Amino acid sequence: MDDHVTDHFIEHRADHFIELDRVEKVFDVRKKTGFMKRERREVRAVDSISFTVARGEMVGYIGPNGAGKSTTIKMLTGILTPSGGRLRVAGIDPSRERTRLAHRIGVVFGQRTTLWWDLPLIDSYRLMHRMYRIPDARYRENLDRCVELLELGDLLDVPVRQLSLGQRMRGDIAAALLHDPEVLYLDEPTIGLDVISKAKVRGFLRELNAERGTTVLLTTHDLQDIEQLCSRVMVIDHGRLMYDGPLTGLHEVGESERTLVVDLERELPPIEMPPARVVRVEGPRQWLAFPAAESAAALVARVAAEYPLVDLSVREPDIEAVIARMYAGEASDAAGQAVP
Amino acid sequence: MEGLRAYRLIGAMWIRSTMAYRASFAMTTFANFAVTALDFVAILLMFSRIDALGGWPLPEVAFLYGLSSVAFGLADLAIGSMERLGQRVRDGTLDTLLVRPAPVLAQVAADRFALRRLGRITQGSLVLGYALAAVDIHWTPLRLLLMPVAVVSGAAIFCAVFVAGAAFQFVAQDASEVQNAFTYGGATLLQYPPTVFGRELVRGVTFLLPLAFVTWIPAAYVLGRPIPLGLPDWVAFAPPLVAGVCCALAGLAWRTGLRSYRSTGS
Repeated sequence: MDDHVTDHFIEHRADHFIELDRVEKVFDVRKKTGFMKRERREVRAVDSISFTVARGEMVGYIGPNGAGKSTTIKMLTGILTPSGGRLRVAGIDPSRERTRLAHRIGVVFGQRTTLWWDLPLIDSYRLMHRMYRIPDARYRENLDRCVELLELGDLLDVPVRQLSLGQRMRGDIAAALLHDPEVLYLDEPTIGLDVISKAKVRGFLRELNAERGTTVLLTTHDLQDIEQLCSRVMVIDHGRLMYDGPLTGLHEVGESERTLVVDLERELPPIEMPPARVVRVEGPRQWLAFPAAESAAALVARVAAEYPLVDLSVREPDIEAVIARMYAGEASDAAGQAVP
Repeated sequence: MEGLRAYRLIGAMWIRSTMAYRASFAMTTFANFAVTALDFVAILLMFSRIDALGGWPLPEVAFLYGLSSVAFGLADLAIGSMERLGQRVRDGTLDTLLVRPAPVLAQVAADRFALRRLGRITQGSLVLGYALAAVDIHWTPLRLLLMPVAVVSGAAIFCAVFVAGAAFQFVAQDASEVQNAFTYGGATLLQYPPTVFGRELVRGVTFLLPLAFVTWIPAAYVLGRPIPLGLPDWVAFAPPLVAGVCCALAGLAWRTGLRSYRSTGS
C-alpha cells in the first residue's frame, strides 16, 4: 500500500471490506460517422458511485443492460482502472495491485467460463492449485467441500465441453473458490440455468456465506436470486446508484403498491377507501391497490368496519415491476430519496 | 520468475488439451511441416532455372532460408498465439486472464501454445543442415560462435515483433493481418538474399525494423560476404544488442497497450 496514512479512507475498518468513494469511469467512445470521420463522445459508465460493503455481506447489484454493473465489477477486480474517485478492496487498490488482489478475490463470469474446454474438470482445478500456490492440504479440503456441496463428484473426470450449462456453472464457481477468496464476485451466476441448477447454485452460495463468511457481490437479472440470497440490494442505472438498502425498501422508493384482495358477502359497488383504489371487481371479490408503505392492518380495519367482509389476503408487489417503474420513472427524484 | 512459471503452467495445459485429439495433433504437425517444406520447394524450382539469386548460389540461399525459418519458428512456437489477442479483446475473455495472479503477458504468450509449430523448426533445421554441409565455410571460432547467437537473437527479435503487434491490437483489434505482414512477411523476406531487394527496403529492414540482424547480417559474416549497406564487420555481432533493444521497446509497447485497455475496456 502506497497511500498516505492521513487519508481517512484507508483506515482499516473491518466492517468496510469494499469501499467506493465517488468512483467514476468515463469512456471515450468513438463512433464512425463516415469514411475516416469519427465522432468522439464521452460516456459516463459509472458516475460518482459511493458505497461500502462489510465483510460477510451478501449484496445484489442490479440494473438494466449497460447500466454500469459490469464496469463496476471490472473496477473492483482490478481489470479496469477508475477514471476518478477512490476504491479499495480489503485495503488494496485493485487497479494498482491487481495480482496481489487476485489471491484474495474470486470471480465468476456467468457467460465466460474459465475452465479448460477439452480437459477433464479436475485439470482446471489442478491448474488453480498451482497458479494460486494453494497449500496442498487446503486445496484438498476446499476441493472436497466444493465437490460435495456442488455435487461435482461424477463430473471431475469429464471434459468440460461435455458438461451442461448448469454443471459448468457449478464447476466455475468451485474453480473460483479453491484459493479461499474473501470476496466472491458473480456476474450473472444463474443466467440460462434450469430451475434445479439455479436452486443448487443459490443453496451453495447461501451456505458459503453463512459458513465461511465469504462476502458475496452478485449481478443478476433474476430477482429471485436477490430475493433468496441478498439482504441488501443496490440498483444502478445510467451509471448512478439509484437505491441501496434492503429489498423491502425498494418498494417504497419504486412507489410500488400492494394489493388487498377482499371477498365480500355479496356483490357490491367498488369500495371507496382512499388512498386505496379498486383495480378489479369479480363478483363479490374486489382487488384494492394501496401504497406499499401504508399499513395493511389499518386499511383492513377500515374496510371491515364498513363492508361485510368474508375473507381477505394481501399480495406483495412484484419486484420486477417495481424496478421497471423505477427505471422508467423520475430517475433523479428516486435517486434523491434512495441514496442519502 | 512468476511470469515464466505461469507460462509453463498454461503451456502445459495447452499441450494436454492438444493431446486430447492425438490424431488431429499428428496431422496438423505434419501439415505444418509439409507446408513449410513446399515453401522451400519453390526456391528449389527457381534454382532449376538459374544458378544464383542476386549473386547467391542455392546452398547460401538455403543458409538464409534455414536461419530465418529456425529463428522465426522458435519465436512462433514460444509466443506465436499472441497474434490472436485481438480476438480475446473483442470477445471479452481477456478479462478472465486479468483476474489471475500472474502477469498478463505471460498468460497471453502461453495462450494456445501449440507443439505442432515444431514442424517449421524441424524443416528449417533440415534446410540449415543441408546448407552447412553444402557451403564451404571457412570456420573460425567467431563464426562458429555467431551461429547460435544469431539463432537466439533472431528468435528474440521476432518475439519482440509479436509482442509489439499484440500490443497494437489493444488499440486496433482487427490488426492481426497487419502483424502477419511483419512476422510471416518478414520471415519470408529474410529467406532471400538482400541483393535482390532495393536499397531503400534493405535500409528499412536494417534501421527501422531491424530484421536484417536475424539473417542477412550474421549470414553475410559467416559466409564471408560483404555486410549489406557496406556496414563494418563488427555489426555482425550486434544481434544480441539489437534484440535486447527490440524486446525492451516491445515491453514498453505492451505496457502502454495494456494500460490503454484497462482504462478504456475495449
